[in-house]
Amino acid sequence: MSAPSLRTLALSAAALLIGGYALAFFWAPLEAEGFIQKIFYLHVPLAIVALLGFVVAAIHAIRHLRTEDPIHDARSYVSIHLSVIFGTGALITGALWAKGQWGVWWEWREPTLVSFLIIFLLYATYYPLRYSIPERDRQARYASVFAITAGAFVPLNFLAVRLAEPFIHPRTFSSTGGLPGEMLVAFLVCLAGMALLWVSLVRFELGAKGASGDLAKLRRALLPSEAPPPAPRRAVAPAAVSTMSADQGKGS
Amino acid sequence: MDAYRALLGKDLRVELRTLRSLPAMALFAVTIFVVFRFGLDRTGLEGELAAGVLVVTLLFASILAINRLFVAERDEGGFELVRLAPVDRTVLFAAKASALLAYLVVLELVAVPVFALFFLDSAAALPPLVPVLLLADIGLALIGTLISTIATMSTARDLLAPLILLPLMVPLVIAAAGAAEPVLRAGGPEYERFGTWLAVLGLYDGVFALVGYAVFDYLLED
Repeated sequence: MSAPSLRTLALSAAALLIGGYALAFFWAPLEAEGFIQKIFYLHVPLAIVALLGFVVAAIHAIRHLRTEDPIHDARSYVSIHLSVIFGTGALITGALWAKGQWGVWWEWREPTLVSFLIIFLLYATYYPLRYSIPERDRQARYASVFAITAGAFVPLNFLAVRLAEPFIHPRTFSSTGGLPGEMLVAFLVCLAGMALLWVSLVRFELGAKGASGDLAKLRRALLPSEAPPPAPRRAVAPAAVSTMSADQGKGS
Repeated sequence: MDAYRALLGKDLRVELRTLRSLPAMALFAVTIFVVFRFGLDRTGLEGELAAGVLVVTLLFASILAINRLFVAERDEGGFELVRLAPVDRTVLFAAKASALLAYLVVLELVAVPVFALFFLDSAAALPPLVPVLLLADIGLALIGTLISTIATMSTARDLLAPLILLPLMVPLVIAAAGAAEPVLRAGGPEYERFGTWLAVLGLYDGVFALVGYAVFDYLLED
């Protein structure tokens, strides 16, 4: 499988994001609720991409458990890592939107926002879980089990929180289906750009992990006298680095 | 099946002889009720508040048992023995979840009457609570066993289990409290959306039974 290079990905992400936000600000009509509604083009793509990232992490986790190939664990880890970052962005923009539209920073009656917070809190425990298991193989396996469990939890949680709401609150966008044409186009471009940004960042982080793995290996090979190599910045990064660099060596 | 019965029997016997979890859970639940009485400054509860206090208290008490669920296995090498035995490892998951379910049922046999005694005017609400609590217990037992295994193997142990469990249990709390709220209303039990919430609880149980069945093997590998 020849995936597009990181440069292509990053450039298309940048082009789509710039284009998407240009469309959103200068072409899409202004909604009745005013300018604050434009945050929709940032908030919703962030949230959707973060949730899809959690699903992708669960799929990689399943593949990791099946194949025991650490590369899948690394992909699962990086997916969750970036989705947590995107999720932080979604929560902050959601709070800003709530303040602008409803006058409060947090709205407990908005089920999507609350579901998202619960999922975010759950995935935030991925890090303490990961870093509290010292053996690498076990750490990778347990992290995968967590990613699968949490992946199954995401839809259940949305269902339960949604049912708990008596729907008294005005829902701005029940689904993208209700959007007027121009807004839908602008939104979809922003969403595609955000997704590409996520993919580029995942690729970038995997590449960086591979490079630091290579560096550690070279260090060990060239400086055998240097007693234990300097600990990586992250105490317990996923164990994929060595396999990954081997893959890259074959590829180029 | 024999292995399941042996493992479950072992757990229940150990618990009966050492009483490591159950008395602590029951005492904890009763203490939380007392704390709620002063924290909320109310002598009677009904509706949403009653449902919330009951469900959250049971949830917290269950965490005590979940933290201790695999302590004996970890300390005495029980995991190795199951790994060596020529049985499906999922048996351990089923046996542990059943043991936890049994603890939770016993806990509720003590805690729910105490709750009614402290906060409710009549015991009419108790029978309809039985299916709600039972379905919630099954979910708690499944997800608790899964997370307890993970936490037991980590260095953070008792710290990690509640941290992961609480967000995972939010749908369970929503559904159980949603079903219990109309039942605990002041005017006597009502059954508004009772079936919906039971269905959500059932779905939750089903999903995590499948997840546990699918992934538990990987937690025991070495």
